[in-house]
Amino acid sequence: MLIGVPREICEGERRVATTPDVAAQLMKLGFDVAVESGAGEAASFSDDAYRDAGCEVIESAGELWARADIVLKVRAPEGDETGRLRDGQTMIGFVWPGQNPALLEQLAKSGGTVMAMDSVPRISRAQKVDALSSMANIAGYRAVVEAAQHFGRFFMGQITAAGKVPPARVLVIGAGVAGLAAIGAAKSMGAIVRSFDTRPEVKEQVESMDAEFLMLDFEDDGDGSGSGGYARVMSEEFIEAEMELFAEQAKDVDVIITTALIPGKPAPKLITAETARSMKDGSVIVDLAAEQGGNCELTVPGEVTVDNGVTIIAYTDLPSRLAAQSSQLYATNLRHLLADLTPGKDGNIVVDMEDEVIRGATICKDGETTWPPPVVEVSAASAEAAPAPAPAAEPAGERKSVVGPLVGMLAGGLALLGLGAVAPASFMAHFTVFVLACFVGYMVIWNVTPALHTPLMSVTNAISSIIIIGALLQISSTDKLIMWIAVATAGVTAVNIAGGFAVTRRMLEMFRK
Amino acid sequence: MINEGIVNVSYIIATILFILALGGLSNQETARRGNWYGIVGMAIALLATVFGEVTAQYDKLIVALLVGGTVGLILARRVQMTQMPELVAILHSLVGLAAVAVGFANFMDPARLAHYAGVELTIHDIETYIGVLIGAVTFSGSVIAFGKLSGRISGNPLILPARHWLNLLLLLGSIYYGYEFVVQSVEGGGLMPLIIMTVLALLFGMHMVMAIGGADMPVVVSMLNSYSGWAASATGFMLGNDLLIVTGALVGSSGAILSYIMCRAMNRRFLAVIAGGFGTGGGGAAGGGEQQGEVAPVDAAETAALLSNAKEVMIIPGYGMAVAQAQHTVFEITRTLREKGVNVRFGIHPVAGRMPGHMNVLLAEAKVPYDIVFEMDEVNEDFPDVDVSVVIGANDIVNPSALTDPDSPIAGMPVLECWKGKVSIVLKRSMATGYAGVQNPLFFLDNTRMLFGDAKATLDEVLKAL
Repeated sequence: MLIGVPREICEGERRVATTPDVAAQLMKLGFDVAVESGAGEAASFSDDAYRDAGCEVIESAGELWARADIVLKVRAPEGDETGRLRDGQTMIGFVWPGQNPALLEQLAKSGGTVMAMDSVPRISRAQKVDALSSMANIAGYRAVVEAAQHFGRFFMGQITAAGKVPPARVLVIGAGVAGLAAIGAAKSMGAIVRSFDTRPEVKEQVESMDAEFLMLDFEDDGDGSGSGGYARVMSEEFIEAEMELFAEQAKDVDVIITTALIPGKPAPKLITAETARSMKDGSVIVDLAAEQGGNCELTVPGEVTVDNGVTIIAYTDLPSRLAAQSSQLYATNLRHLLADLTPGKDGNIVVDMEDEVIRGATICKDGETTWPPPVVEVSAASAEAAPAPAPAAEPAGERKSVVGPLVGMLAGGLALLGLGAVAPASFMAHFTVFVLACFVGYMVIWNVTPALHTPLMSVTNAISSIIIIGALLQISSTDKLIMWIAVATAGVTAVNIAGGFAVTRRMLEMFRK
Repeated sequence: MINEGIVNVSYIIATILFILALGGLSNQETARRGNWYGIVGMAIALLATVFGEVTAQYDKLIVALLVGGTVGLILARRVQMTQMPELVAILHSLVGLAAVAVGFANFMDPARLAHYAGVELTIHDIETYIGVLIGAVTFSGSVIAFGKLSGRISGNPLILPARHWLNLLLLLGSIYYGYEFVVQSVEGGGLMPLIIMTVLALLFGMHMVMAIGGADMPVVVSMLNSYSGWAASATGFMLGNDLLIVTGALVGSSGAILSYIMCRAMNRRFLAVIAGGFGTGGGGAAGGGEQQGEVAPVDAAETAALLSNAKEVMIIPGYGMAVAQAQHTVFEITRTLREKGVNVRFGIHPVAGRMPGHMNVLLAEAKVPYDIVFEMDEVNEDFPDVDVSVVIGANDIVNPSALTDPDSPIAGMPVLECWKGKVSIVLKRSMATGYAGVQNPLFFLDNTRMLFGDAKATLDEVLKAL
């Protein structure tokens, strides 16, 4: 099957749906790959690079769409593209069917199959196809770079001959993929990073990145985790307390990066105009939710604005601003999806609607709309909900009544007494030694460290060949048979003595710090 | 010729040195000294006996000692650390053999009837009988254990029909011939019952170990260790020699404690292990054998990336590491990671491998410093802080169902709780189950990644990728 990659026609979009590297890997799955001339130019992938990787370069978008069996896109089709999908063709890209119902209807009517990368279910197995996460990761990183660009000072604190430089304080609101990427980037630039999220389970992740997790001193009926790893809408009291926290923090921090999104809803307004204006002059707000309306009241989507000395960055194309990297990651996500679609590795895709991931991504197939997919049980918190060690299976022995051991002890005692009554004194003397030795052994052996149990076995093996003394006592016998048995026994035990001690020594030599 | 008093004092010194030898093993620093104590103790005991008791045949004795000693040294030098369980097993068999031989020789000594009479003779005969019995069981059991450990005999439990009745029959037979032996021995006979019993005991030893599965080998090896001690002790009673009694008792209780520790580590009763056939009795094993979902495989490069990005790494080795001889590669990986500032530790389950402490010896051989090798109890609480756990060729010892599923055949067995860490990477050849025949839910957890392939080959790739 021929995979076609057209040039993105959306204004300002620099990404491309496959890179030369990934194209080469797609060919290994049995596909042929064609790209539209200039498709990768904005992401620094020249036509020649694609040709070197073995791709065909097609001059016009029209021809490409006409010939390709599978079309890989970044943005949803727009303009001319919407009419180009034909029966039997498959298109993969971001579609946002929830926001674009008209587009979805038109695509479905064409009879082609459309897979939306934004509709991939957020389950562990689908992580490798999760383009939203890989794009969010880039956006988070880029947000910090943009903030640093507009922030007039260092992120890292320094003491120089020319005076002291205080470190920048960065507040990251929403610790999802983008938030965590922002925390990591800001942290590695030397800033002091704080983060807030309504989902308490991310506290650990935030702290693992050495950032401070801001806690809200507030009792709510539950935590803020909704389905699919996103936050849910919180109660009014909660939001009030949250806004108070932000207002207070705004006076202290230099940079605020907001990443708060709730699926299917406009972004929550977390930073009021008043809060934003209360920040120090030269402060920066980066609003990653700008596309959904923004988390800040002063946000103008797609623009950088300055209000009262505070710069508000509201780019909606942050991943596209790192086009080479984001193309690479997105192309890899697509490749993983295509690999799942071609179980035979023969370049023929099979849209298996039983597969949870493929089912979720497929929004229309054979003229029918298949979106939204049936609800998938998502296990965002299942990693934390690892099986709690149930106090199951108490060793049954411990529960038994004390009668058992008592009877045993009594029987043992009586047996000993009986033995004492009949046995001669010489035997009892040896017996005493035996019992005491057992106890000494018991005390000594419990002190042995488990790491040395193997040497313990070989050394006890060596000393148990003290049985050679039995052979030595018999070797001087005048009876030939006994003498020869004793000689053989001495030889056999000598193997043990030498072997046991030597191998113990060899093992112990190996233990070193 | 030295007098009896000096011989006895030498024996006391030897006894003390043996106790110090075992005591020295309480930690690695004193262990080497402990081994020397043992060697010196053995030398003193031997010299005292040779000069105190032996009156003739010095030439043959010296030849026997030299030949035996040389063979022993060669064995000790040649043995691979992965083969340690086999070596220990075969050495145990020699102690058993010696106990049988000494018992027979003692019985055939005509001076016996002159020394003992009445109750003393009876007790002496019983001592002889028991010494030979334990010796024979140790001998044949150890030979079979050696065969199983070295792969010469299949590791699967051999379950004969009505095996418990068979064992009971052998036991009753031994008691009956014991009675016959005592009765006939007063009249100067008794050789026949002794020989029959020896054959019965040999059969019993074989049957007992044949019925035990490979994963229970740590228990068997330490149990045979214990038996070899009791055999020596019984011989000591027979000869009236306290040194043998004490040493045998030390070894016997040492082996018994090891067996107990191993059983506790598997949450199994000692008798259940000895009765044999792990996994055959529990019908639940079959039910638990179903696959329970999908696994997430990784390749060597991703593993390397996970490892180098981690701060805390826990390596959990199992028998599979020994089979694949991967310990040296494991060490190289450990060293590389530690140079990068990753805190690598090892978590050892008591029954990992085929012998108590097997993994520790293998890691020591690969030069892994022992202060980063920890026992299960020492590290189990740390797993929530561990970024990556690497499970190499282990299965049942990391099975969460031991804690969660009361019906599991391994329910209640303490396990390394690696699933509490962030990511577990499991190296395995295939999805086959472990010895217990139980499917391991760990493999299907969201935070588990499977790295399939031969442990050595895949780890070499990981090392290269690092």
